[in-house]
Amino acid sequence: MWRYIVQRLLITIPVVLLVGVITFSLLQVAPGNPAAIIGGDEASPEQIAEIESALGLDKPYFEQLGDFLARMLRGDFGTSIFSQRPINQLIQPRLQPTLSLGIQVVILSTVLGVGMGMLSAWKAGTRTDRAVMVFAVLGFATPGFWLAILSIWVFAVNLGWFPVIGYSPLGDGLLEHLRSMFLPVIVNSYLGSALVMRITRSAMLEVLREDYIRTARAKGLRERVVFFIHVLRPSSIPIVTVVGATVGALATGFVLTETIFAIPGLGQMLVQAITRRDFPIIQAMLMVVAITLIVVNLIVDIVYAYIDPRIRY
Amino acid sequence: MATTIRPEDVTFARPLQERLRDTWSSAIGALKRDPVLAGSVFILLVGLFLVAFSTFLTRTEYTRPEPFLRLLGPSADHWFGTDDTGRDVFDRVLVGTRISFLVGFSVTALSAVGGTAIGLVAGYNRLLDNIIMRFVDALLAFPTILLALALIALWGPGLFNVIIALTVTGTASKVRLVRSQVLSLRESTYVEASRVAGASSIRILVSHIMPNTLGIVIVLSTFTFASSILAEAGLSFLGVGVPTHIPSWGNIIANGQRHVQVAFWISFFPGVFLTVTVLAVVLIGDALRDHLDPKLRGRLESTHGGTDE
Amino acid sequence: MEGPTNEFTPHRWCELTQQASPEHLLEVRNLRTHFFSPGAVVKAVDDVSFYLDEGETVGLVGESGCGKSVTALSLLRLIPNPPGRIVGGEIMFEGRDILKMDQDDLRAVRGGRIGMIFQEPMTSLNPVLTIGRQLTEPLKLHMGMTNRQARSRAAELLEFVGIPNADVRLRGFAHQFSGGQRQRIMIAIALSCNPKLLIADEATTALDVTIQAQILELMKNLTEQLGTALIIITHNLGIVARYADRVNVMYAGKIKETGTADEIYEEPRHPYTVGLLNSVPRLDLPTRGRLDPIPGEILNLARLPEGCSFQDRCEYAVDRCAAEAPPAHTVQGNHQTACWEWERVKLPAEAGVSQS
Repeated sequence: MWRYIVQRLLITIPVVLLVGVITFSLLQVAPGNPAAIIGGDEASPEQIAEIESALGLDKPYFEQLGDFLARMLRGDFGTSIFSQRPINQLIQPRLQPTLSLGIQVVILSTVLGVGMGMLSAWKAGTRTDRAVMVFAVLGFATPGFWLAILSIWVFAVNLGWFPVIGYSPLGDGLLEHLRSMFLPVIVNSYLGSALVMRITRSAMLEVLREDYIRTARAKGLRERVVFFIHVLRPSSIPIVTVVGATVGALATGFVLTETIFAIPGLGQMLVQAITRRDFPIIQAMLMVVAITLIVVNLIVDIVYAYIDPRIRY
Repeated sequence: MATTIRPEDVTFARPLQERLRDTWSSAIGALKRDPVLAGSVFILLVGLFLVAFSTFLTRTEYTRPEPFLRLLGPSADHWFGTDDTGRDVFDRVLVGTRISFLVGFSVTALSAVGGTAIGLVAGYNRLLDNIIMRFVDALLAFPTILLALALIALWGPGLFNVIIALTVTGTASKVRLVRSQVLSLRESTYVEASRVAGASSIRILVSHIMPNTLGIVIVLSTFTFASSILAEAGLSFLGVGVPTHIPSWGNIIANGQRHVQVAFWISFFPGVFLTVTVLAVVLIGDALRDHLDPKLRGRLESTHGGTDE
Repeated sequence: MEGPTNEFTPHRWCELTQQASPEHLLEVRNLRTHFFSPGAVVKAVDDVSFYLDEGETVGLVGESGCGKSVTALSLLRLIPNPPGRIVGGEIMFEGRDILKMDQDDLRAVRGGRIGMIFQEPMTSLNPVLTIGRQLTEPLKLHMGMTNRQARSRAAELLEFVGIPNADVRLRGFAHQFSGGQRQRIMIAIALSCNPKLLIADEATTALDVTIQAQILELMKNLTEQLGTALIIITHNLGIVARYADRVNVMYAGKIKETGTADEIYEEPRHPYTVGLLNSVPRLDLPTRGRLDPIPGEILNLARLPEGCSFQDRCEYAVDRCAAEAPPAHTVQGNHQTACWEWERVKLPAEAGVSQS
């Protein structure tokens, strides 16, 4: 088991490095002078030169790359061009809203997705099954930002149950915080759970056809025991995979949701940085997201080994 | 056993014409059996029709602001109402179809061709495989929209840049899939057989392995099509996609967001079009997957309820 | 006929009428299991009747697709539905009809009174649960054992089926065992609750020939020790000849011939049985130089012909075979055959066919 984890960690290192290289190189593949692009149309030559030296663009490529990777390793994301403040400082106050949203959505979408998927598999072929699958396919096809707007119109504008926009930090009290996060959490959880539902259902149906399920039934086990132990355990590998993948999809969802619901999180910061062409922030966000996803994948792989003895050698 | 086996004897593929005929007739059969699938195909055909003819169907000057017609609700004159500058939402949504389909088809086609080519190379050359796959792993560590956002932040907004940005990640995911397919096909008996029979690597790759990756690439392509339509709408919504003077479902929804309290219709209708289109593509993809992967077919036929009569 | 005959409802016509008497451990009457797909009904088991006494070993033989495995699965109502369904018949086990039992009673029979071993040892054990867990489950369920009792009983069982070092191996997983070992574990699970009947559905088909013999000997010895009756389902007549007391030969969902192993082997009276015997090597008959496969292919069960289902492949076929399905003819005692021309049917060796 430990050997497997270490092995898996070692594979991760080059990927992290490459992620750094790609993040850095994005600036280089831009057509024309990156400093001019960042500066915008109205930038004077002096301003452009200033940006160039601030970003170290006047140095040779590999030296810049080395500097960049070394800084990232130290956890130093550099300085924002727009506000001239260290990015680490800018990130800090924005962590809480995004993390809160993220944790709520991951928990809720997993519970919803796995639960409904299991219900669907248990009732396979019935009307309930079809209803769940329609619900899931709709969640798969609906654009999140549109659903967010729709939910604002229905629940905030017409019914007045929730604030239209506006974020209450945890400091305002837990209940107030949850209330202000309710719509974004629900919208993202529904969309996130759609794929989990489908995969859970199909994974369980596949295991239900296995010979060892027949063995379990031939032993006289209750159908409940067969389903929740003999079927669920082996089907949890694809389920865990898709839950992990959902986290990636959420990162995308947050960029849009935080903008719509005016949640002062990292996603909103990224969108602002893009309109301001604040490239160091964009790079920092890319690194944060990519490394988060790599860590999630690592956790998923370790959970695999826990579930399936064949993986842990 | 003195018979010599020539490479052409080992070919399992039937003549292309015959296969196409089979595919065609089985597709017609599937449409007759499955009304949901038939509906999905119909929706895509309507979409294609709009791509070609939507500009002839418009009844208003959908780009010209009409200050006296601002924020009108749906009516006989303006089926989907008007937006904040008095432009007809119905016409704009119809014309917006072009952008979604253009992005969808371009990204799908480019990434299918690129992904298959690179995937085949990666699957057949150990050295290149290592380099390509590490790069692909790293690229796939970024969520599609974030990478696209970053690229567009540098290149500037615009339709072309959106397509290129989305193609990058679309290609990466296909490389991974095709490559894994190649790796498993390489060990299959019939590839072994044609290798023994003296077929060259290139021949095996082109005539045996590539046709067998086609199915899975097509299935993944429907997913790419759906997700790139959604991504384009998302990017346009954030204001970094298609510029606002060209109507796109994404930027119409974005425009409506600001007026959601008084004019929900601006955002509502393009969103319905977007959802229905993506839904149709996803359902067609499901049907194709069931058709191409018999293992997945008839999963319903044996379930847990099934030990009893 | 012994016993109070009026206790049983009169039999419908059946191909092989067997005498009903309550002391049979298992009696299957007119069992019919069909599979339904759009536009077709496959009669995988069509009016099958046979019986089994306590401690007896009975073979169910036939080519693949003849319905023998479906028969076995039907006995425990393990037919996947849809597409399959048991559409008729009775399965009397210890005086009660399994087909009429409620779920609780059925579960008590499954794994408790009747154990079952399947064809694929590689896929019949759950890959992610420990062997210990899979072995203790039925013990706790049917024997009411505590965790600890079940654990030590499971260890005994593993030793019993010839897997040493049981304490350690109980913590292992299926992939850490060889095919033969997995089948031994399956036997341990099936016999764990001292069942009255063990059903072995092609239990050794997937194993190496040398391992096959070991597993069969093991099953035979253990069932003899425990007094458990045994149904051996196989396509291999050699296995049946060696281990079974009586044999039922199945073809296209019906039992074609039934009798003691000696009768079936020495004096087959159905052309299909003769064909099966001709297609396996025999050491007890003069050398014939080559093996004769049965001509033709196994039937499409969705489109059975009128009359006898074997007519197309049968060298004895006469006009009558196409018109009317043959009923069971008694050869002598309990040896019965469903063939119009059974009196002409002979093993080639006896008929002097042997060349060279």
